[in-house]
Amino acid sequence: MAKGRGRVLILRHPALVRVTHWINLVCLTLLLASGLQIFNAHPALYWGNKSDFERPFLAMTGELGADGQGHGFLTVYGHRFETTGLFGASNDAYGELEPRGFPAWATIPSYQDLAAGRAWHFFFAWALVLNGLAYLLYGAASGHFRLDLWPTRRDVGALPHTIWEHLRLHFPKGEAARHYNPLQKLSYALVIFVLLPLLVVAGLTLSPQMDINYPFLLDLFGGRQSARSVHFICAALLLLFVFVHVVMVLVSGVWNNLRSMVTGRYRLEDER
Amino acid sequence: MKPRIGRRSVLVGLASLPLAACDRVTESQWGKRILGSVDALNRRLQRWLAGPDRLAREYAEADISPQFKPNGNTDPGTDAYRALAANQFADYRLEIAGLVERPASLSLAELKAMPARTQITRHDCVEGWSCVGKWTGARLAPLLDRVGVKPEARYVLFRCADSFAGLFGTAEPYYESIDLEDARHEQTILAYALNGQTLPIENGAPLRLRVERQLGYKMAKYVMRIELVADLAGVGGGKGGYWEDHGYAWYAGI
Repeated sequence: MAKGRGRVLILRHPALVRVTHWINLVCLTLLLASGLQIFNAHPALYWGNKSDFERPFLAMTGELGADGQGHGFLTVYGHRFETTGLFGASNDAYGELEPRGFPAWATIPSYQDLAAGRAWHFFFAWALVLNGLAYLLYGAASGHFRLDLWPTRRDVGALPHTIWEHLRLHFPKGEAARHYNPLQKLSYALVIFVLLPLLVVAGLTLSPQMDINYPFLLDLFGGRQSARSVHFICAALLLLFVFVHVVMVLVSGVWNNLRSMVTGRYRLEDER
Repeated sequence: MKPRIGRRSVLVGLASLPLAACDRVTESQWGKRILGSVDALNRRLQRWLAGPDRLAREYAEADISPQFKPNGNTDPGTDAYRALAANQFADYRLEIAGLVERPASLSLAELKAMPARTQITRHDCVEGWSCVGKWTGARLAPLLDRVGVKPEARYVLFRCADSFAGLFGTAEPYYESIDLEDARHEQTILAYALNGQTLPIENGAPLRLRVERQLGYKMAKYVMRIELVADLAGVGGGKGGYWEDHGYAWYAGI
């Protein structure tokens, strides 16, 4: 047991980063689930300014099959997949199959209620933005971004090696674990400075009044329906990031990682 | 033998707890109040950012949607409405009443003689889709000047010919309301034509409101009567519109 178990505890995450991290988790979870509720009101995505109802590039549909039963389908760029139970048709609270985009367990509220989904979404959108601003101001003022997050030239050079090490589930130990590794820096920076801002701005473009206030938003995305699709795709990419992030937390020392995001303390393991 | 609870059902049960909690919050009065508290914030901030005069983007003829999707009610279906439609709405009268100096009753011909505006705009449905259409109609602001809005009036209320069926089979009439800032906006019109043709029944004939700064549910179809009011509390469910009475926000600029 003693082998590879270091005694050095370092302060890895300052209090503000810890608090905003967990608030962010709550906001993103509720925004995702209420966002899927909103998507379910019209489970189809388009490119451009208006909806070409005959040609969505992605659609979830519930259809009556030749067997007299309901079936769910996901269609992406003309490729059709039967997804009964997950996309297009899934069970309601009473176990009855109903046509709906995403299933009841993924949406807030669980039943179809667009008005309530919007209320949840806008409330936690404000929470996400205010929480994010607090984090951004802190990160810029404290040097956290400059010192800890911003990838250096050396980081970029070391990237292939880091990716290889991650794939072998070898993670930095000892002194090297004092800092984010190049892959962490790159993925965190992409999420914080590109993905989340894009998600928020694309969401704002869906508001007709915001399009009047800032007409360039429409040009930025190439129309409101494109903005809606970008908003959706950003959410999907964010979910993918969270999935990989959680896997990495699990395989690289789950208790040490969790403690560092709760109390701030991270134990440096001996180098082998 | 004792009934056994499977591991799977325990896991599914635990996982659905937060979701059930969210449903409870959704249905509670305090939950509605807290979640809805940002509506006023959205309205104030968005309007402050723009000011009252800026116009919604207008598009080219080539951008017009091949078909303007009819949504909600597509035919009021009442005897009174059918009789009006059978006669191409020659007997239609738009009543303007409430807190006005000179209540009016206007025929379609009289409305068409009022200052008009044609605009190709994007219609955003609360469900998420968008259509582009060319609307022609009487601007609301000159109509309000014609009847003389009393100083205590704050909202313009639109009463419609269509209704949705309530839970007990009662008819819940469609109605909507906007404030005077939206009512006096240059692009706020009572449309009688869509894409250069007489407004079809499915899109709201004979008269449909266009409020281009907000979502589609604000744009009442089959408008029969306009009332100027000081307060929305006494009308319908008291929230200012049919969909508002069913949980949607009164401010639909977002």
